[in-house]
Amino acid sequence: MRDAFVASLTELAAKDSAVILLTADLGFGIFDDFSRRFPDQFLNVGVAEQNMTGVATGLALEGYKVFTYSIANFATLRCLEQIRNDAAYHGANITIVASGGGFTYGSLGMSHHATEDVAILRALPGVTVVVPADAWESAEATRALANRPGVGYLRIEKSGPDTARKPGEVFEIGRARRLKDGQDVTLFFMGGVFAEVLAACERIERETPARCRIVSVHSVKPLDEAEIVAAARETGGIVVVEEHTRTGGLGSAVAECLAKHETSPGFFRGLGIDDTYVSVVGDQNYLRRASGIDSESIYTAVVQALKKRTL
Amino acid sequence: MSLSSTELAYRIRRYALDMAHTGKSSHIGSVLSMADIIGVLYGEILNVDPQNLKWPGRDRFILSKGHAGSGVYVALAERGFMPREKLKTHYQNGSDLSGHVSHKAVPGVELSTGSLGHGLSVGAGMALAAKKKQDSHRVFVVMSDGECDEGSNWEAILFAAHHRLSNLVAIVDKNKIQSIKTTTETLNLEPFADKWRAFGWSVQEVDGHDHLALKKAFEFRCPEGKPLVVVAHTTKGKGVSFMEGSVLWHYRSPQGEEYARAVEELEGARR
Repeated sequence: MRDAFVASLTELAAKDSAVILLTADLGFGIFDDFSRRFPDQFLNVGVAEQNMTGVATGLALEGYKVFTYSIANFATLRCLEQIRNDAAYHGANITIVASGGGFTYGSLGMSHHATEDVAILRALPGVTVVVPADAWESAEATRALANRPGVGYLRIEKSGPDTARKPGEVFEIGRARRLKDGQDVTLFFMGGVFAEVLAACERIERETPARCRIVSVHSVKPLDEAEIVAAARETGGIVVVEEHTRTGGLGSAVAECLAKHETSPGFFRGLGIDDTYVSVVGDQNYLRRASGIDSESIYTAVVQALKKRTL
Repeated sequence: MSLSSTELAYRIRRYALDMAHTGKSSHIGSVLSMADIIGVLYGEILNVDPQNLKWPGRDRFILSKGHAGSGVYVALAERGFMPREKLKTHYQNGSDLSGHVSHKAVPGVELSTGSLGHGLSVGAGMALAAKKKQDSHRVFVVMSDGECDEGSNWEAILFAAHHRLSNLVAIVDKNKIQSIKTTTETLNLEPFADKWRAFGWSVQEVDGHDHLALKKAFEFRCPEGKPLVVVAHTTKGKGVSFMEGSVLWHYRSPQGEEYARAVEELEGARR
């Protein structure tokens, strides 16, 4: 997913000299080719995220299409006020790229867990929030955000399985991707936790008669409200899976949308991280299990919800 | 330019006083301390055109100490960026002229500020853009000394020196008083000018109320291509005797007898 972002950005930079990448001294090795090919479009600003975001705003106000890059919380929370007051309020064309969404850097500890970022960035007016599920969405989102006015937030993970693409499928911000259809439950998710959703779905369909609709909500803001309302109306219920706190993230966004449209799904389950900091050490898979967002937990939540409904 | 820097500085003081009075707003002391700096910049230095707001060759100006926004609003009105009448809406419900300087619907303002420690980084970005495009305009950022408590400024100071942003001019309105006490009592910044020098900047130290000295400092071009900081030694509340050197007037709004006396002193000094 991260490589796809870099490849997409490299393509963009080759075509458009206004595209410029700032990194706060992270991304060892991954920008070598980029910086060699486009030395005037690459700048390592040092370990200084507040300044990076301010400089990015200055460049963007002068017509550049700026990408800022760091590990999740450094690119976002460390310089949140610069994102809000400088970048977003001025409508600067900046794409904030946070590497290491969720528990990507699990074993490095809580400083490196990006688990509240979507809620926080989503609250800022004028910020587009995109959480790709795979390499294709990552590459497409990079292109889309570069040419979208205002601030974009792109939350990527290192790697993950690819989603199956339909022929001729077009990526669009504000439009969720229905990866698979089914009538008994809709599984909404954002990001690389897709792998867990897919595994859970396969088991549900193998072991029960239930059929799942799977939707990648890569665009958390703006949200594809029609797809959410459709899920409530057309399928048995909704389960949202996110590698993020349940407070204010995708589950909240989906629930807000349902409330706004006065639409009640047959059932609603939000699977995400508890309102706590995860201190136990573990890799991404381990921490997904520990937080109840692994395939087993998703399977159990769906099966129990379906069972309860048929009782 | 028809208006002298002296006359412009007077009007900044006089009208900002009225704005603080009418709007019952704070920060008049901060406006008075930088009035001469803004007067010289908008009167003598900044190459800007109210008829062509987005002209790429214009100088960029950022007020990083956004709480003194009324001073910039007056300068912009006097330079024809907006009608003087608009100044009367300062701080009023439904107005565009917020207490902290805003770019929304205010022609001539490049950057909204209000939270300290933001302006210099954005200015550095603008200066970097100008370098990349080989444009010859400059970027001026007016800061306060208290603002230099913010670490983000020192990130920007490192950055500007490293990238040799010789087209960037930071101006520190060094009035030596911050929100509650003096800068020395709060968080000692000294040796202030030496710190900038050590960070790789060219430093001009001047009397921040001496227009000729300010003009000369702003026109200085470092032969070594370093960014320039003008450390302007000022008096908070300059021009109104009972406001000078007083932290009270960071907050207090001039009303009643105090307002009348302030008007009298400013107008008296003009004559």
